[in-house]
Amino acid sequence: MAAGDLDKFKSDGTRLGNLLEWVDARFPATAMWRQHLSEYYAPKNFNFWYFFGSLALLVLVIQIVTGIFLVMHYKPDASLNASGVPVAFASVEYIMRDVPWGWLIRYLHSTGASAFFIVVYLHMFRGLLYGSYRKPRELIWLVGVVIFLVLMATAFFGYLLPWGQMSYWGAQVIVNLFSAIPVIGPDLSLWLRGDYVIGDATLNRFFSLHYLLPVLILPALVVVHLIALHEVGSNNPDGVEIKKKKDERGIPLDGIPFHPYYTVKDIVGVVGFLFLFAVVVFFMPEGGGYFIEYNNFFPADPLKTPQHIAPVWYFTPFYSLLRAVTFPLFGIDAKFWGVVAMGAGVVIFFFLPWLDRSPVKSIRYRGPIFKTFLAIWVVCFFILGYLGVLAPTPGRTLVSQICTVIYFAFFLTMPIWSKLDKCQPEPERVTSK
Amino acid sequence: MMRWLAILLMAPALALAAGAQLRLDKAPDRSNDMGALQNGAKVFINYCLNCHSASYMRYNRLRDVGLTDDQIRENLMFTADKVGELMKVAMQREDAKAWFGVAPPDLTVIARARASEFGSGADWLYTYLRTFYRDDSRPTGWNNVVFENVGMPHVLWELQGEQVMGDDHHLKLARPGKLKAEEYDALVADLVGYLKYMSEPMSEYRKSLGVAVLIALSVLFVFSYALKREYWKDIH
Repeated sequence: MAAGDLDKFKSDGTRLGNLLEWVDARFPATAMWRQHLSEYYAPKNFNFWYFFGSLALLVLVIQIVTGIFLVMHYKPDASLNASGVPVAFASVEYIMRDVPWGWLIRYLHSTGASAFFIVVYLHMFRGLLYGSYRKPRELIWLVGVVIFLVLMATAFFGYLLPWGQMSYWGAQVIVNLFSAIPVIGPDLSLWLRGDYVIGDATLNRFFSLHYLLPVLILPALVVVHLIALHEVGSNNPDGVEIKKKKDERGIPLDGIPFHPYYTVKDIVGVVGFLFLFAVVVFFMPEGGGYFIEYNNFFPADPLKTPQHIAPVWYFTPFYSLLRAVTFPLFGIDAKFWGVVAMGAGVVIFFFLPWLDRSPVKSIRYRGPIFKTFLAIWVVCFFILGYLGVLAPTPGRTLVSQICTVIYFAFFLTMPIWSKLDKCQPEPERVTSK
Repeated sequence: MMRWLAILLMAPALALAAGAQLRLDKAPDRSNDMGALQNGAKVFINYCLNCHSASYMRYNRLRDVGLTDDQIRENLMFTADKVGELMKVAMQREDAKAWFGVAPPDLTVIARARASEFGSGADWLYTYLRTFYRDDSRPTGWNNVVFENVGMPHVLWELQGEQVMGDDHHLKLARPGKLKAEEYDALVADLVGYLKYMSEPMSEYRKSLGVAVLIALSVLFVFSYALKREYWKDIH
């Protein structure tokens, strides 16, 4: 940002101009507009993969806005009404039937949860493809992984609220995992639940956290993510730094102002996304039983364990990591090590910027080792996700164990093979493909 | 606590072993057949709503299937006073539990809850309501093929007649009821069509609105793409 008065708006005498000058004298409105939009120079070669950041922001807004309206009618109350149905469950059906447009708001929210994970997974994969986590963007990546963790927590808390069978027993399984931690485990899970079983206390605290995390914490983290991004500048599909080649005014030769170029381009992405989103919302809101699980249309019943408890699809790769550990270690239960594996499966993303030692960032100039290993890792991630939906059998457990080893080996051996890979030289400037 | 988790981890394996043989008949589609849905509503209110509630469904919502408030009030309301009331039942849940071993579940969204990888919830209900058979080992004297050891007796038995389980594991009609087999199937299809409607009354409207939304978004896509092209034509 240029200093001082250069960023202040000088009125042209119109009423609107006077107002802006008045504001600018008191708040850096024009300066912020320029720094983050009209004079933020982004590489001109962004491709399809670069839609998902703005789409994640869009879905966050959809979730917050629809969520605010759902809260006006939803009741976090586990007690039974006169017809023997939990009040929370009945209030969701009240939204679906008696609240004008309630069904649409609720489906937007339930579909939005799955859409959020789809766009965030694709957004993170873009980072893997083009090395967007590498120096100098380590902090952007770290904040991003924190956002992912908060998103997972938010989704987990939110899934309890409809108070259906899957809500109830899914929460039961996950909270019970904490009881596997030695010494403090049983007390910890009791503290998390606020009761000896998942009950009204749990429902109310999950409701509170499901409001707090996405409305306060997530937007704050997103702002930090974006400020860090705009400090160092965006990466691009070639993985070269556009700031190295600037014109006489100090503007990157391969950079174009984010506004209007990428704002109009992102609108295309937004409309395309909304089309697919609307297909789900209007024609298959249950998403084949993956976005809204069928069993969740039964009200929660603490006395009736469902035959098959599967987490929602976006947790299943990590759930498979948990189930893959079937043996005790150092005299501690297998369940504990499963929890460790699941946690490590997410936490390992934090270390990615320092595990990767490749001389180039983008997959375009990386060698065959990276391309092969990344492809295998992606296949394993999908297999783990698929197996996480299914009931375990000895054969499936073996497959998930193999995939778990590959999942972690990809990261842990990266410092070795990323250096050995036969990379091609990076171009001086970005290319247009 | 450990025991709970052990049960939880075991449960999925048991589920797949038990459910693997579930074969469901396809329920005929009644979604746009107002006559059938009205008939289904009548059957539901006469036979089901004595024990099962539909406590998120209001009587006057039956306008959706082409009935007027007066028709609803005169023909379908036996326990409620006002046409805007929810479909509740007078039976006490404690009594029901004592009589059937389990309180009859609310049926408003049953057609969505019973969906599975084996078929839609309507398929499950359509099969379930046609596969009751005599079983003297059960307290009610009835058992069911898709819902083993079900607590509910065969409420529609006068219409269907009595089926027995043959040694070849196929059902046989031992004593015919008031309706012929195909008439009974049609009646169950209407009832299931109504249950499906009731589980998501706005679903037909949702789809028709969806078509309009997709058309609007398609038009918007053309314009937004043209706008992008216009802005980007000088970027090489």
